[in-house]
Amino acid sequence: MSQDTGLEPHESDGSAAAARRDHRPARRRFPTHLIVFLLPAVAVYTMFMVYPLLDSMRLSMFGDVDGVRAFVGLDNFVRLLTDDLLSALFWNAVVQNLLFFAVHFFVQNPIGLLLATLLASPTLRGRATYRTMIFIPTTLSVVIVGFIWQLILSPLWGIVETPLLGRSSTALVTLAMMSVWQYVGIPMILFYAVIISIPEDLIEAARVDGASGWNIFWRIKFPLLLPTVGMVSVVTYVANMNAFDLIYTVKGALAGPDFSTDIMGTLFFRTFFGFQLQRGSSTMGATVATMMFLVILAGILLYFFGWHRRVQTYEL
Amino acid sequence: MSSTVTDATTAPEGTAARPVRRGSGPTLRTRAGRIGPHVVLLAYTAVACVPILLVVMNSFKSRSAIFSSPFSMPTPESFSLAGYETVFARARFELYFFNSFTVTIVSVFLVLLFGAMAAFALAEYDFRGNALLGLYLAIGIMIPIRLGTVSILQLLVGMNLINSLFGLILVYTAMGLPLAVLVLTLFFRQVPKELKEAARVDGASEYWVFRMVIPLVRPGLAAIAVFSMLPIWNDLWFPLILAPGEHVRTVTLGAQLFLGQFVSDWNAVLAVLTLAMLPMMALYIIFSKQFMQGLTSGAIK
Repeated sequence: MSQDTGLEPHESDGSAAAARRDHRPARRRFPTHLIVFLLPAVAVYTMFMVYPLLDSMRLSMFGDVDGVRAFVGLDNFVRLLTDDLLSALFWNAVVQNLLFFAVHFFVQNPIGLLLATLLASPTLRGRATYRTMIFIPTTLSVVIVGFIWQLILSPLWGIVETPLLGRSSTALVTLAMMSVWQYVGIPMILFYAVIISIPEDLIEAARVDGASGWNIFWRIKFPLLLPTVGMVSVVTYVANMNAFDLIYTVKGALAGPDFSTDIMGTLFFRTFFGFQLQRGSSTMGATVATMMFLVILAGILLYFFGWHRRVQTYEL
Repeated sequence: MSSTVTDATTAPEGTAARPVRRGSGPTLRTRAGRIGPHVVLLAYTAVACVPILLVVMNSFKSRSAIFSSPFSMPTPESFSLAGYETVFARARFELYFFNSFTVTIVSVFLVLLFGAMAAFALAEYDFRGNALLGLYLAIGIMIPIRLGTVSILQLLVGMNLINSLFGLILVYTAMGLPLAVLVLTLFFRQVPKELKEAARVDGASEYWVFRMVIPLVRPGLAAIAVFSMLPIWNDLWFPLILAPGEHVRTVTLGAQLFLGQFVSDWNAVLAVLTLAMLPMMALYIIFSKQFMQGLTSGAIK
């Protein structure tokens, strides 16, 4: 993210150091050590991350023609977006995935902010204990979280009477809330780190000028927190847009009832591996994955141009 | 939610004690200011922990006690290990734990080693294409590796690494590297120049210089270890697709399959959940101070 500053440290130490570096004999020999340092990371990363991503995009332009894999151009995308059955499922998944994210955005951020602000209050005792306890759910596996809540929300156990996970009107929001329950610790910790880094004299000066605690929060702390809100949101967006584990654990690959909890991750899985009577297809799976990539990319670009550039970052 | 029952009883007790001890000094307003945060934090702590406690507690109870009194601790009458007996009779969880530990530890080690080496090179030498290479490696932070699953599966089939822990390790190493390289580059840039130059004047090789500065970026390494460990241990997607075989099954996948199969056996379900979450939770609580330090120092970068 901050890679644009790539060479700065070398420039900042002045021309003398740069000149000294240029005169080192090691510079003139073949830089074996450079290759040794860089090769393992670059090789593993390229082979298992970059190549599969690019190859998936390539595969999305292939299809089975008379049982033989052949180049079909954008046919798969056209089918995915216009075919009666497929496009209904696809848009259903996209819309529900956005809803899944919206719940995170509107619930996770305020709760995280509230908890972080309270944790940072200067006279608070037991801060470390609160922080540790509230963060525990974040360390759990999504599978565990899914089942814990499935048990607690089960009408069989009788703690909650309404089958929140069984009704198509409430299932997705309930799942999103389960996910918020798990991950709220992350915004809390990040917001907390920002709040405690705000210099005390800044707050003190405002207090001397007669600002109330409320004003100090909204006028001083909140603007300083906005860049972090944006960062947390975009990371959550990316994570939500390729979420799968929770829905699969609680609702299975069919994302029931009646696809009401289907999101792109589960659609991708079903398209790739097949389910019930529909046969799986790796090229169609790659097409769904490529569409997921585009949706994620759109979100990231929206963040960079719509938020990151407008929100002012202050140097403290 | 269920938890409000418990925090309603604990919150006032925990906080009311303090103002009394302090005497009549503080005004009502400052007293409220002092109690307020505790009430909210205690309430949320209950929301976070009661569901977990409920599962752990009930895993040690008999089936009838689970349903008749879910909120009470196990008593000598209601105590039962039936769930754990089923789990160990029907699934090889000790093997799943071994697999999960192997995959997580080796992957995190490789992420740290390869990540530190690349980050050192990017921070230390200005060669042509340095910034570009840094950008290339950083792209993976934002783009989820899952989107390449179709090709990863084909690749591992071709390499005969399906149902192999090594296959999972390679994928997780690739997944963890982008963030590791970016964060560690920032840490390596802070290492004082004089130290490295002095070693070089003494004739140290570049590899020796690297070894020498590694301890100086230890906070960065800790942060990355923390960041990359949990997603690997907790992942369901790749074990499900790349290594579903019994002998390479991880805890997360093992729990998922077991839970799907025994969904109506509440004792067994509660026991598996407890077994699957306790090791990571214990580790987290023991190292929570280091964990939080690593998380915040990594996040601020």
